[in-house]
Amino acid sequence: MFEIEAKGVYFKELNEMIRAAIKDGEKDITLKNVNGQYYIGTGLCEKVNITIDGVPGNDLAAFMDGPTLLVQSNAQDNIANTMNSGKVVVHGHAGDVLGYGMRGGKLHIKSDVGYRVGIHMKGQKKNSPVIISGGTAGDFFGEYMAGGTLVLLGLEVEDGTPLVGDYLGSGMHGGQIFIRGEVDPTRCGAEVGVMELTEADLKVLRKYLEDFCKDFDLDIEEVMSKPFEKLEPVMARPYGNLYAY
Amino acid sequence: MFKSQALPEFLATIDNDKCIRCKRCIQNCGWSVYEWSGERVLIDSSKCVKCLRCYHYCPVEAIQILDNPTKYKENSSWTFNNIKNLKRQAETGGMPLSGMGCSLPYPILFDSLLLDACQVTNPSIDPLREPMELRTYLGKKPNKVEVERGKDGKLKLKTKMPPRIELSAPFIFSPMSFGAISLNAQKVLAMAAKECGIVMNTGEGGFHEDLKPYSKSVMVQVASGRFGVNPEYLNAGVAVEIKIGQGAKPGIGGHLPGEKIPLQVAKTRMIPVGTDAISPAPQHDIYSIEDLRQLIYAIKEATGYKPVSVKIATVHNVAAIASGIVRAGADIVYLDGFRGGTGAAPSVIRDNLGIPIEHALAAVDDRLRQEGIRNEASVVAAGGIRSAADAAKAIALGADAVAIGTAALMTMGCTVCGKCYTGNCSWGITTQRPELTARLDPEVYGQRLVNLITAWKHELQEILGALGVNAVESLRGSRERLRGVGLDDNILDILGVKPAGR
Repeated sequence: MFEIEAKGVYFKELNEMIRAAIKDGEKDITLKNVNGQYYIGTGLCEKVNITIDGVPGNDLAAFMDGPTLLVQSNAQDNIANTMNSGKVVVHGHAGDVLGYGMRGGKLHIKSDVGYRVGIHMKGQKKNSPVIISGGTAGDFFGEYMAGGTLVLLGLEVEDGTPLVGDYLGSGMHGGQIFIRGEVDPTRCGAEVGVMELTEADLKVLRKYLEDFCKDFDLDIEEVMSKPFEKLEPVMARPYGNLYAY
Repeated sequence: MFKSQALPEFLATIDNDKCIRCKRCIQNCGWSVYEWSGERVLIDSSKCVKCLRCYHYCPVEAIQILDNPTKYKENSSWTFNNIKNLKRQAETGGMPLSGMGCSLPYPILFDSLLLDACQVTNPSIDPLREPMELRTYLGKKPNKVEVERGKDGKLKLKTKMPPRIELSAPFIFSPMSFGAISLNAQKVLAMAAKECGIVMNTGEGGFHEDLKPYSKSVMVQVASGRFGVNPEYLNAGVAVEIKIGQGAKPGIGGHLPGEKIPLQVAKTRMIPVGTDAISPAPQHDIYSIEDLRQLIYAIKEATGYKPVSVKIATVHNVAAIASGIVRAGADIVYLDGFRGGTGAAPSVIRDNLGIPIEHALAAVDDRLRQEGIRNEASVVAAGGIRSAADAAKAIALGADAVAIGTAALMTMGCTVCGKCYTGNCSWGITTQRPELTARLDPEVYGQRLVNLITAWKHELQEILGALGVNAVESLRGSRERLRGVGLDDNILDILGVKPAGR
């Protein structure tokens, strides 16, 4: 375990210290007293574990390709921006625009997330990103989604309270969204359909949730005990008829 | 199926006496205008776009592409295009699309500006026999430089220069993505850029591995779709560009039509085959100058502080926006005027939004100077640069370099037919159909593009020589060397240029 004291250190120097430690071969790094520094883990490509003590700033894990980041408190906006691979685990809430254009890896948020989460996520067979939030989400969840998986659990929400804001999956043309509970179709974008989960879906979902539950010490059976609904694009080309050729 | 009431613009004709029935026109046309009847070539003019591929490949000059003599009744208000678009909208309910830059007759100020030359009282320079420096650096310039004497007694630079891109001449190629154009067209740009000592830009469609040998001449782009962006991509070239907007379609995103998304393009973009590749209108992590700063520095952190360019469409308030971009930490501000090209834009946007590059460039250069931050970033002017003369005038108005897109495509055969969005380009440029892209030999057309840049370099040197200066740096922002003809006081004031005769 290698410790870096982040108190009062500007983001540029902090990231230089992290990169230097990785270059020296450190595999397990703890950042002490982090207080809003931007870009932690941004652009890192090595298989290392970084534990963050304190609240990291925006663009945590942007363009990241490999590391595992563990945030022991809340986190802010733009986590996993265009992230390629690796994992980010947040033991609290997180802000807006999480996983924008995310291409791979996992983002696990224990509680609520903000607006425009998982927008324009992409994916292919081998490289498929996953975002799971244990709480609720704001508007435009999964907007323009082109691939990957979004899961919203609402674990601490009372029955009947909406889990997600308006324009859910608006412009979605690939990927899948799983919501634990009933989805109000009036909140959905015109491009998505709400369907029941197939056996295959449940298998995939269980695999993702097992990992999530392990991270936060939750009971998988309890999480899976409530029915889920699945959102998928109803058209491969939602805007195919927009133009006159 | 009813016959469209939108009149065909062109009439493809074949002189059957001359025609030797070689069927090359049928092979060459990407639009299926021609068909073999068993005896002769049949023609469907409604599909013709006048790209002239068939004309060039007809061995006996039997083909002529005429403007359709059957027009709507002449009317100054209801022009051919007005009526035709309206009919198409009535038939489809869709927005008419356009490729290439605005084709409406808005004034082009480059054509009302004249450059100075030396006579008697100050000597001109002969660039054929005297050194004439075109080398250009894009990026921040320090407020002052210090030099010191090294151990060998020679002077050397003491000031550490900020990261920058070195160009052999003030030209770069505009961003055009793999998807919008073919891989072969990207190779033409990359090969020519390397040979000429300038840079091309991948656009927002990933960095294909075939471009790796040219990585020192490549700039990569990050736009709202984030297609193909990963750490390797960000570090693949000499700089990274954040695309906020495009001159041809300011304020709207991009839809690369599904017709142009075969497997390979889908793979680099990580989206399903045949779907439209959607680049949202805004980048949803950028709603302010502060947010832009956040992305600029995220990219700098991920690339070890390579230069970052920010590309915007020139809109009404461009000067204030550019100032914000510079203050956000950009090393290059790329201004794309409203005449700039596109692979696909709704015609209503392309033809009616934005402002011309000439006005924008002058306003931005003024504003950055007034604020004392002109050296903090280079300014690239794009959107309607047609010749070395346009380039020289843009540089005199304040540009560090100009970007060319359409002009570069013309060396590959493009005739500005403007149908790039269909994916049927018979020249193999704006298509992904393998039988069409195979026509574009990167070696052959790369050389043509090198020739164009070589010719422009010579022309620019001749202009500089006539101006009596020996470096392009001496023309940069030197509006005293420009005069306006037929421009009113307001425009002259915006351009900071005197009328001819003063």
